[in-house]
Amino acid sequence: MNNNILSQFSLTGKEIKAIKNRLKREPNELEIAMFDAEWSEHCSYKSSKNILKQFPTEGKNVLLGPGFDAGIIDAGNGNVITIHVESHNHPSAIDPYGGAATGVGGILRDIISVGTRPIALLNALRFGEFETSNRSKWLFKQVVKGIGDYGNCVGIPTVGGEVQFDSSFERNCLVDVVCIGYGKENEIVLGEAKNVSDLIIIVGGKTGRDGIQGASFSSQNLGVENEEDRAAVQIPEPFTKKQILEATLESVKTGNITGVKDLGGGGLTCGLSEIGDKGGTGIQIQIEKVPVRDSNMSSMEIMISESQERMLFVVKQGYENEIFKIFDKYDLIYSIIGKVIKDKQLVIKDEEKIIAKLPISFLANAPEIFHKSKKPEYIKLMEKFEKPDQPNNLGKVLLKLLSSPNISSKKWVYEQYDHEVGASTVIKPGKSGAAVLRLPNNRYLALKADGNSKHCYIDPYNGSAGILAESCRNILSVGAKPIAMVDHLQFGNPNDPEVFWSFTESVKGMADYCKAIELPCVGGKVSFYNEDEIENKAIKPSPLSSVIGFIDDPLKIRSLLSQKKSNIILSIGITNEELGGSEYYEQIHKVVGGKVPQVDFKYEKRLHDAYLRVSEEELIDSSIDCSQGGIATALSEICIENNLGAKINIDSINHNCKRHDEMLFSESHGRFLLTSSKNNLDRVMKIFNKYSIPCNQIGELDSNEIIINSNKRNILNVRLDEVKDSYENKISKVMRD
Amino acid sequence: MIRIAIIRFPGTNCDRDTLHVIKNILKINTELVWHTDNNIDKYDVAILPGGFSYGDNLRAGIIAAHSPALKIIKDMANKGKPILGICNGFQILVESGLLPGSLLYNSSLKFVCKWINVKVNNCKTSFTSDCKKSSILRMPIAHAEGRYFIDNKGLKELKRNNQIVFTYVNEQGIKNERSNPNGSLENIAGISNIEGNVVGLMPHPERSSEKILSPYNNDDGIKIIQSVVNNLKG
Repeated sequence: MNNNILSQFSLTGKEIKAIKNRLKREPNELEIAMFDAEWSEHCSYKSSKNILKQFPTEGKNVLLGPGFDAGIIDAGNGNVITIHVESHNHPSAIDPYGGAATGVGGILRDIISVGTRPIALLNALRFGEFETSNRSKWLFKQVVKGIGDYGNCVGIPTVGGEVQFDSSFERNCLVDVVCIGYGKENEIVLGEAKNVSDLIIIVGGKTGRDGIQGASFSSQNLGVENEEDRAAVQIPEPFTKKQILEATLESVKTGNITGVKDLGGGGLTCGLSEIGDKGGTGIQIQIEKVPVRDSNMSSMEIMISESQERMLFVVKQGYENEIFKIFDKYDLIYSIIGKVIKDKQLVIKDEEKIIAKLPISFLANAPEIFHKSKKPEYIKLMEKFEKPDQPNNLGKVLLKLLSSPNISSKKWVYEQYDHEVGASTVIKPGKSGAAVLRLPNNRYLALKADGNSKHCYIDPYNGSAGILAESCRNILSVGAKPIAMVDHLQFGNPNDPEVFWSFTESVKGMADYCKAIELPCVGGKVSFYNEDEIENKAIKPSPLSSVIGFIDDPLKIRSLLSQKKSNIILSIGITNEELGGSEYYEQIHKVVGGKVPQVDFKYEKRLHDAYLRVSEEELIDSSIDCSQGGIATALSEICIENNLGAKINIDSINHNCKRHDEMLFSESHGRFLLTSSKNNLDRVMKIFNKYSIPCNQIGELDSNEIIINSNKRNILNVRLDEVKDSYENKISKVMRD
Repeated sequence: MIRIAIIRFPGTNCDRDTLHVIKNILKINTELVWHTDNNIDKYDVAILPGGFSYGDNLRAGIIAAHSPALKIIKDMANKGKPILGICNGFQILVESGLLPGSLLYNSSLKFVCKWINVKVNNCKTSFTSDCKKSSILRMPIAHAEGRYFIDNKGLKELKRNNQIVFTYVNEQGIKNERSNPNGSLENIAGISNIEGNVVGLMPHPERSSEKILSPYNNDDGIKIIQSVVNNLKG
C-alpha cells in the first residue's frame, strides 16, 4: 500500500502495523478505510475507555448500562426508560443548521434502535462571546433552528437544556443533545446479531456521499481547510426519520426482529462490525445490494458513508415479508444486504468477489491508546490570584448579571422548540430547574442537563463533580429522586498531556460523585479534538451531565411558582468564598481564576437524603437551586416567576464570607432557596437539622422590590420591573427580534 | 355510539395525543385511521390532528390536501359530518379548499411554541357549542406557518357569516398586535365553513385538556371536543 493512499486516513503507523500483524497480509484500500472509520476516536473510544471504567454502572433500576445504543432503566410494571447523549460539534461548527439537525437525528436513532419511542429531547449548547461575535450569533441562530426544525417535525418535545457563551468556543461550538425514550421491557431489541442465518436488512435513506469519513473528521482538530469539509456533514431528513420511527416500533412488536442498529458514525462498517462483535457471530454482505444515491459510488464510499436516516435490522429468516409490509406502509426503501454467519468475520462481497474480509471483533475493538498526562501550566499560574474589589452599587451588578447571556432567560430559544407535543410536559422550559414529563404509566420523570466550562477550566475535578451536583439539585428541586445519569465529555486533543490530565480529573470528579450518592452512569459519549488549529487553542474542558429522576405522586411536583402562595424564604446550605469561574468574576470583573466551588461528597449525600424527606412530606412550596450568579440570581428568578419582590437579611444565610458581594454571588454547591409556609417551618428546619444541613429563614416574598439588608443597612435595592427587563429580554434584543 | 376517526398521514405527530384526550378523558370510541383506509366515512366525526404531514414538503398541508383521504373527508363534510383540523390539520383543510384563506409563514419567520389566549366569537359551530360566547380559552400554539391571510372580499364573507370562530387576544380579552403571536390577519386563530360543521384552528386543544399540563391549571381545550360529542349525543 503506498503512502499516498494512507495519507487520506488518520490511522497511526502503530495501528497499521497491528492490522498487518493480525491479518498476516497487506490490507487492501477498502479494508484500510474500514479500519480508519471504526478505529477513529469517535467510534472506538480508544483513548478514553480505560479511564471511563471508573464510573459505577450498576444500580437498582438499571437494566442495561453503557455499551449499547442507549442505557435502559426500569420504569416499573414492565416499562422502561431509555436515555442517551450525543454531540455534533464538528459538523455544527461548519454547517450549524445541518450539523445540529443531524445531531438530533442521530440521538433519536439511538433511542429508536433499542425499540423505544423517543419522548423528550434536551440540548446543551456552547458558543463564543455572545454580543461581540457575529460568528457566534450566526452559529447560535442556525443551531437553534436546526434543532427545532428537526425535533418539531418528528414530533418529539424539546423540554430543556442550557446555553453558555465563552470565548473558548469561538471556533468550536458544542452542540449536545440528550434523548429520552419510553417502551416495554419485552420489546427491547439490541444492536446485536446472535443467530446465524438471520437476515441483515438496511432500511431508510439511500446511501450517498454525505458524511464520508465523518467519524474520522470528528476525530481531528478543526483547521482552515475544514471550512470546505461540508461533504462530511450529513443531510437532515426529519420526515424520513418519523417514518423510520413508526416503522421500527411497529416491526419490533412482531417479535421477529432480533437486532436493530442505527447507522451513525462510521456508517455500515461500524454498524455491521458491532452487531457481529456483540452477537458473537460474523456478517456477510453483498455490497451491490445496498441502495445508493449515485451508482458510481465506490465500495469504500458505501462502507464508510454516514448518510442519515438508515437503520440495520436483523430479522429471522422467513419473517422478512411481514416486516417489509410495514416498511411499505411507511414508504421506506429497504434491501436484504446479507446474513449472519458462523465464521466471526466481516465479509464484504461485490457480486461473487470477496472485496474485504476482516476478523469482526478485531475490527470492532481498536487497540487502546495510553496517553501522557500533566497538570496544565495555566492552572499553576492561576494559583496566584488577586481578588477584585467590591463594587459600590450591588444592585447594578445584579441587573448586569441577570442580563448576562449565560444567566438570562432562554425564552428566545425554547419558544422555537415544540416543547408541548406529546401532551405530557408538566414542568415546561423556564419554569424550574428541571423539566418534568408525565409518563404513559402515570409516573413522572424529571430530566436536566448541566455543564459549567468556566468551573471545569480552573478546577476540572471539582468543576466536573460540581456539574453533577448541580444536575442532581435541579432534579431534587422539582421533587424527584435522581436515579441515573449519562455523561458527555468534551475536550481538546488527547495527545496533549495537559488536555488529557483535565480529562482524567474530570472523569474522576464525576465518577466520585456518582459513587458517593449511588448514582449509576448508564451511558455517555466522549468528544475529543475540540481544538482550533488556527489559534492552536483547545476549548475549555466541557463535561456535561444529564440526570433523570422519578416522581410517583403529581402532588409532590414543585417549580419556581409558589402554588400555595406561601412566602417565607429559606436558604439551605453554606455559602463559601468560592467565586472562581463565577459569572460574577467573569462578567463583572473580567477576571478568570480564584477558588472554584468545592464538592463535599458526604455533605451531598446528607443533602439528598434531607431534601427527599422534605419533598416526601410536601413541606415546601417552591424551590430553586443556587448555582450560576449565586443566591442573588436565584432569588431574582423566584421573584420573577411569582411576580413579587422580596425582602431578605443576607446575614441570616449560613456563610464563610467576608464581603457582601461574595455572599450574594458565590456559586458554592449544596444550596437551595425554598419558599415555605409558617405552619411547615419548624418541621422543615427540624429535618434539615437532623441531617446537619444548615437551613435558615432569611426573609419573605413581598411587594415589588428586591431589598437586601445587612446589619440593618440596605446593601441592594432593585425594582421588580428592572429585574424582569434585565432577565427576560437580553437575548431577543441582541438577536434583534 | 359516536365514533371518531383521527386521520394519520405520514408525518402526523399529534395523533396519539388527540387519541389520549378523546379516549381516556372523554371516554369516546375513537380510532387512529391510516390515510389510505377507504372506510373513513363510516365514522361520525373526522379529526385531522397536528404534525408535519409529508414533512411540510412544498408547503404545510398541501400534499395531504391532495390525497384520496381528503376526497372522502370532503364528502363527509358535505353530508354535514363534523370535521376538525388542528394546526397542520387546519393547514390541510385550508389547502384542500374545505376552509377559505391561507396560512402563511409567521411574521417572525420563526417557529413559535407558547401559551396564548383565544376568544370564542361563534358558539354555534360543531366544535364550540359548549363554549360561552366571548369566553377566553388558554391553549398552546406550536407552528411556523400559522399566519392566517385572506383577501378583503374573503374577509368580508367570513365576517358576514360569523366564520371567524377564534381570535388571539390578551388575558383581558382585547385583540391587539401584542396578543397576535404570528401576524395573522385580524388576529384570526381559527375559522369555520359557513355551515359551521368544519372548523380549523392553529392552537392545540388536545394539549390543554388536562389541568396538570397547563401552567394556568386550566383544561379549556377539552371544550372543543366536548362540544361535538354533546352535539351528536344531543
